[in-house]
Amino acid sequence: MSEPIIKVEHLSKKYILRHENAERYTALRDVITNKVKGVFNSKPSGGQQSKEEFWALNDVSFEIQQGERVGIIGRNGAGKSTLLKILSRIVAPTKGRITIDGRAASLLEVGTGFHPELSGRENIFLNGSILGMSKKEIERKFDEIVAFAEVERFLDTPVKRYSSGMYVRLAFAVAAHLEPDILIVDEVLAVGDAEFQKKCLGKMQQVSGEGRTVIFVSHNMAAVKQLCNRAILLKSGAVVEAGETNTVLRTYLSEPTTISSTTNLLNDYKTRRGHGEVRFAEVTVNDGDFSIDPTSDVKIKLSVEVFQDVPSIYFMFSVLGSSDNLPITNCPLLPISETAVKAGAKISFELVIPGGIFRTGFFPLYLWIGKKGELAAENYHYDCIDSLFNLNFISTKDKSILGYEPLNPNGLINIDYTILNTRVK
Amino acid sequence: MSKHRIVIEPDTINSNYWKDLWNFRGLFYFLAWRDILVRYKQTAIGILWSLLRPMLTITVMAFIGWLFKSNIPDGIPRLVFVAAATLPWTFFSSSFSEASNSLVANSNLLTKVYFPRLIVPASTVIVCVIDFFISFAILIVLMVFCRYTPDIRILFLPLFLLLALVTSMGTGLYIAALNVKYRDFRYVVPFIVQFGLYASPIAFSSNDIYSNEHIPAVLKIMYSLNPMVGVIDGFRWCIFGGNISLNMQGFIISIGISILFLFFGVWYFRRMEKSFADVI
Repeated sequence: MSEPIIKVEHLSKKYILRHENAERYTALRDVITNKVKGVFNSKPSGGQQSKEEFWALNDVSFEIQQGERVGIIGRNGAGKSTLLKILSRIVAPTKGRITIDGRAASLLEVGTGFHPELSGRENIFLNGSILGMSKKEIERKFDEIVAFAEVERFLDTPVKRYSSGMYVRLAFAVAAHLEPDILIVDEVLAVGDAEFQKKCLGKMQQVSGEGRTVIFVSHNMAAVKQLCNRAILLKSGAVVEAGETNTVLRTYLSEPTTISSTTNLLNDYKTRRGHGEVRFAEVTVNDGDFSIDPTSDVKIKLSVEVFQDVPSIYFMFSVLGSSDNLPITNCPLLPISETAVKAGAKISFELVIPGGIFRTGFFPLYLWIGKKGELAAENYHYDCIDSLFNLNFISTKDKSILGYEPLNPNGLINIDYTILNTRVK
Repeated sequence: MSKHRIVIEPDTINSNYWKDLWNFRGLFYFLAWRDILVRYKQTAIGILWSLLRPMLTITVMAFIGWLFKSNIPDGIPRLVFVAAATLPWTFFSSSFSEASNSLVANSNLLTKVYFPRLIVPASTVIVCVIDFFISFAILIVLMVFCRYTPDIRILFLPLFLLLALVTSMGTGLYIAALNVKYRDFRYVVPFIVQFGLYASPIAFSSNDIYSNEHIPAVLKIMYSLNPMVGVIDGFRWCIFGGNISLNMQGFIISIGISILFLFFGVWYFRRMEKSFADVI
């Protein structure tokens, strides 16, 4: 085996979490008051502001060979983005060492540095140079970029007047024409329509076909499967498995890390989004039993805590497809309380999903609590939990009863249909 | 095997830093270009703002100087005398405040791409240099209008522009790095600029301070600690030639402080640079 193009040795990254202190930056005032407090209290001020060490990455080692296309997968908070940021030299590691032999370009966001006031043409040059292209290189590729983005007619329009689709196309087009030895890509395919995503994937395959090394982070398992020949599975900042994509994907998807019950959700910020007026406190799927019989009803017990007075509380959930994390169900928003709720309230409720719908397999859950808006787009999020809980339908019944092979179901949901008026002539 | 090898380790000084800085000169150029392009978008009078602002400052400062009967050397029109100080001051104040704010303003870049962070404040300062050249037209017009001809010493002017650049770069880098962590400096900077407008010899001449018997020696030293005193005195020395005598002691202190600021600014910036993306 030849020298690896990227060699990561014992890489660790520590963050200090400050609870109580919601702001990301420190104010000088706080530093001074804390110092003053320190003078008067000989004891360190515990309780007031608890600091907690958090290892986003912990002793990660791997090697990547030239020309490999490596997918980095793992659940939210597994350390994927931190790893990419260190590889792209944006943040420094706390321990360990990385050796990269070659020119690396990273694409952690589509359209980094795009300026809304500048025209498409100007932004191509600006963004290109931000991504590390020289002026000559950009000039050489200019026509190709414009053609790929399909924005010829709007080249001299400020990008603030672009539709979001055009914006994303232009941004990706610039990035796609980078010619580094190593391309580091984070979740950028999550934007744009299906047609464009396909085009992007195609472009990335072409790039890697030219002997370039690609490192790709995604939650989209279908994309990882299609693009990558190797995968690295991260969990809580450590490498769980590295190897051939299909093998690693199988481990990832069948990982018995399925949490089916937890009482500690309030302290979990990693997997959450939303404004936090109301937060999920406890969720128990199917009484905490890991496996669910696909023919029986699924019961989910939930409790939420109200932290600020809210006018109403609505609940919604979706069942997601395990390979792409896209919703496969369409569930209405249902009221938990249509009247105002005061801060401090604790509400618990149960939810029943009728049995017989889903086939055997693994389905992440999306749980949402918020305020209903006039339009769906105006819904206000108090809290959402994305793919932390899963429905894991397992059946011991055989094919003759289920009508399909439980270990290898064809499709995701059951539909009972009937055939009428069969005539044979 | 490859000529391009990067080693990423915690807390090692990147020995390629200055080479990287050179490799990223394209970005430096494009960031400056962006700021120039964007600066006067959607404004009615556009680039004229670069002239109007210093012009108004000159008028106000000349008026204040006249009101308080500050001494100016014989044969020099007051407007020209004040303009010679206002232009470097405007350059310093705008480049200092823009550089201080530059990292936070470009935080989206800092958290998404690698490049030597020094490029960001440096490119904002360059934009201000261009503004300075534009506003220099005011001084030329004023000199023609008041029929004032400078002597050969005006050829030294670029040296003092360089000194102003060094001063604003050093202080700007230091505050920019601090601003990433402590946003308090967002409020400190406008205050420094406002205070400096009166503490620097713009409406008056440095000689008034150094030759005034009522001002204690300590205050005189403190006055010369302001690096812009050196810059402005230098500008006036270049433009007004023989009519101005330089207070060498104060002048040297000012220059020393400027250079010290630059070294300290770069050092502090480099030290904090690695953690920018984490804390911004």
